[in-house]
Amino acid sequence: MISATEIDIQTGGEFARPNYLSEHSVRSWLLTTDHKRIGILYLFTILFFFAIASVAAALMRIELLYPTGGLMTSETYNKLFTIHGTLMVWFFLIPSIPAVLGNFVLPMMLGARDVAFPKLNLTSWYLFVLGGAFATWSLIRGGVDTGWTFYTPYSTTYANSHVISMAAGVFVAGFATIITGINFIVTTHKMRAPGLTWFRLPLFVWSLYATSLMMVLATPVLAMTLGLISLERIWGVGIFDPNLGGDPILFQHMFWFYSHPAVYIMILPGMGVVSELIACFSRKRVYGYGWVACASMAIAILGFLVWGHHMFVSSQSVYAGMIFSALSFLVAVPSGVKVFNWTATLRKGSIHFATPMLYALGFIGLFVIGGLTGLFLATLSVDVHVHDTYFIIAHFHYIMVGGMVTGFMGGLHYWWPKITGRLYPELWGKLAALATFLGFNLTFFPLFVLGYLGQPRRYHVYPPEFQVFHVLSTAGASILGVGYVMPLIYFIWSAKHGRVAGPNPWRATGLEWQTSSPPPTHNFKVTPVVTSDPYNYSPEKDADLDLASI
Amino acid sequence: METATHPAKIYWRNCAALMLLLALTCIIGYINLGMFNVIIALAIAIIKATLVALFFMHIKGSSRLLHLAMTVGLIWLLIMLSFTLTDYFTRGWVPLNH
Amino acid sequence: MNTTSNMSVGFVAEQFDDFQQQRGAAQFGMWIFLATEVLFFGGLFLAYTVFRSLYPGDFVAASHHTVVAIGGINTAILLFSSTLMALAVRAAELRNQKQLIRLLVGTAFFGIIFMILKGVEYYKDWNDHLVPVLNFEWHQPNPGHAQIFFWLYFAMTGLHAIHVTVGICIMLVFAVIARTGKFTSGHFTPIEIAGLYWHFVDIVWIFLFPLLYLAGHR
Repeated sequence: MISATEIDIQTGGEFARPNYLSEHSVRSWLLTTDHKRIGILYLFTILFFFAIASVAAALMRIELLYPTGGLMTSETYNKLFTIHGTLMVWFFLIPSIPAVLGNFVLPMMLGARDVAFPKLNLTSWYLFVLGGAFATWSLIRGGVDTGWTFYTPYSTTYANSHVISMAAGVFVAGFATIITGINFIVTTHKMRAPGLTWFRLPLFVWSLYATSLMMVLATPVLAMTLGLISLERIWGVGIFDPNLGGDPILFQHMFWFYSHPAVYIMILPGMGVVSELIACFSRKRVYGYGWVACASMAIAILGFLVWGHHMFVSSQSVYAGMIFSALSFLVAVPSGVKVFNWTATLRKGSIHFATPMLYALGFIGLFVIGGLTGLFLATLSVDVHVHDTYFIIAHFHYIMVGGMVTGFMGGLHYWWPKITGRLYPELWGKLAALATFLGFNLTFFPLFVLGYLGQPRRYHVYPPEFQVFHVLSTAGASILGVGYVMPLIYFIWSAKHGRVAGPNPWRATGLEWQTSSPPPTHNFKVTPVVTSDPYNYSPEKDADLDLASI
Repeated sequence: METATHPAKIYWRNCAALMLLLALTCIIGYINLGMFNVIIALAIAIIKATLVALFFMHIKGSSRLLHLAMTVGLIWLLIMLSFTLTDYFTRGWVPLNH
Repeated sequence: MNTTSNMSVGFVAEQFDDFQQQRGAAQFGMWIFLATEVLFFGGLFLAYTVFRSLYPGDFVAASHHTVVAIGGINTAILLFSSTLMALAVRAAELRNQKQLIRLLVGTAFFGIIFMILKGVEYYKDWNDHLVPVLNFEWHQPNPGHAQIFFWLYFAMTGLHAIHVTVGICIMLVFAVIARTGKFTSGHFTPIEIAGLYWHFVDIVWIFLFPLLYLAGHR
């Protein structure tokens, strides 16, 4: 981490001191209960897993350049996509926005001194690290080849890889997620500043609240499911094995009862960030604020009623499939509300194409593609055609990478001045945003075509006529990789050498901008009192503002 | 700081009611009522759980927020059970042509 | 709404404005945790429901081999210890230190009796060859289905037993801390929260008893 004393020497003490970065002993970091520091601890931890999972993805993309495979055995390929999936889902995406940005800004947005249970918050990080250690241990011993979904009876009976240690890792990390969820819900209910009523909350808080609801109610079922898988591997009673009277579909029900809400855990926080960005960089109130807030809650609740759409071609009853299909279409309504309201917010706004805004606009486009292709998949008959093909891969990467990671990057740029007190270099930021957008589309759009043509997922050998799409995709992945490495470099650089940002470089509303950057340990010198609605921007007043070249 | 402390009598009464219900469910358990055995046993269990929640856990007289937290947990359990069972109960509806 | 009000009461953590906010947050947090527990156990209840609906006859036959007497007595024991726990919370609120310690120890004592009886029962199950995989023998039709019943029986009662053990430890630790008078000077929230946990564990058993024990005895 950057040392605060050095900053003060270089800038002549322009930062408010002491701030939350002032202490720099290792002990002060490992025993901290400050939500901001815990957010930073989470940031470093998830970046570690993001790096491993990205390397796995890169190796897969290189392997897929040639239709005959050849670089690796099928078994290695199976392990690579499992590493990529498990680490990206549980050790990067799920904690990405909530545990990093959420931890950092949620209490400040509420005008609180900390989350409700700071010690539990630190415990959450330690559990996450412990879970990560189990997962890493599983990788070191040779990895897992079940795919991130752990489908039975393969995972329980036939797989010869290290399923139990990986399941244990995800199990433990799950409790970290639950603790974060409990903390956010209680903090939002109990610790709002005076005057901060529910419909004055920033939309990021609403989306984190909805996300926490899913974390708290879905994750325990995953824990139980993984526990049962591990016990099955040890004792083999056969509750998921049809030969012994068990039912593998029961596993799928339990798994997707968690994992469908989990994929909304991997998009809702991104939507929350984008609401903040769109409002700030078009200098307008969010159009239909109440609808956007309620849409978050609707997505969270509907997310629990649609899990069977992952199981259309399992032996699930057709009638259950019809119900799940019909309910899945309903999710499009609140998602549509959000997209239309963001677009309406842009109208007549005073739009600043600053880096966070570029990410936000990219998010909207990519999310629309990802969301609409979701409707194809919710249709029973179409899903039978494209199930388990690259179409699915493209669909959920548009949501999770195009949506969530883009939202995460946008949010990280937006709050970076608050986190470090310094600005990142704007030109490099714009280049990186552009590179990720182009690289992402080039990587994943060809996969829609491949999937429609029938390329199944999880194979590293394919018919030669598909090669051109794979080459395009690998080329895109290289650009995407550059787009992710660039911010890594300039963020590190700017933490030391960036221009001092001041408390509110974006002239944004929101309580987190009312305190100094970096904020003091308990956030506010005086508890703020809220007297107005959120996003109190006026495009006319800020017409002379130029946020894009700040 | 002050809380309305409940008289000890309430807890002992609740304890007696729970013990009576336990005896009742045991007796009914040994009478063969076909499928009604399960239904009655679960009904008594729900009454017992409600008594524990109302008087021991002070759901009676606590804030709406706590009612909400409790209700949400139960509703979500019902969602999990009922949606999964829609699959199991309708599987036999489609005749399979082997 | 300022930090100075914290000074008046020593046990209010710095992120809270006052005692009521802290107590409300703790209660609400515990209830959300209990909701997650409901869904954690819910996974096993789901498996039980599905398999019982798939194999009703085999489940009833298997349940016939559980020991209703021990299950019933254990239910009574847990209900009684829950009563003591509720009284312990009351004692803490009334700042009656002696009574609080006695009631906490009493709650833990009945928890321990519950665990001993559970152990006796498991020992009997082992001798009757009812432990899945390790020594399972079944001389009626569909041994696989009966084994699934007993697997769920051990998983559900075992997970419950872990919760009881955690509860016993909490009660004993709190009983020791209570000797310092910490909980009887107005700061009764930890006792209240521990009580919620103990009552929840009781409620889980209230459902396990009819589903696992009574199912087969008619």
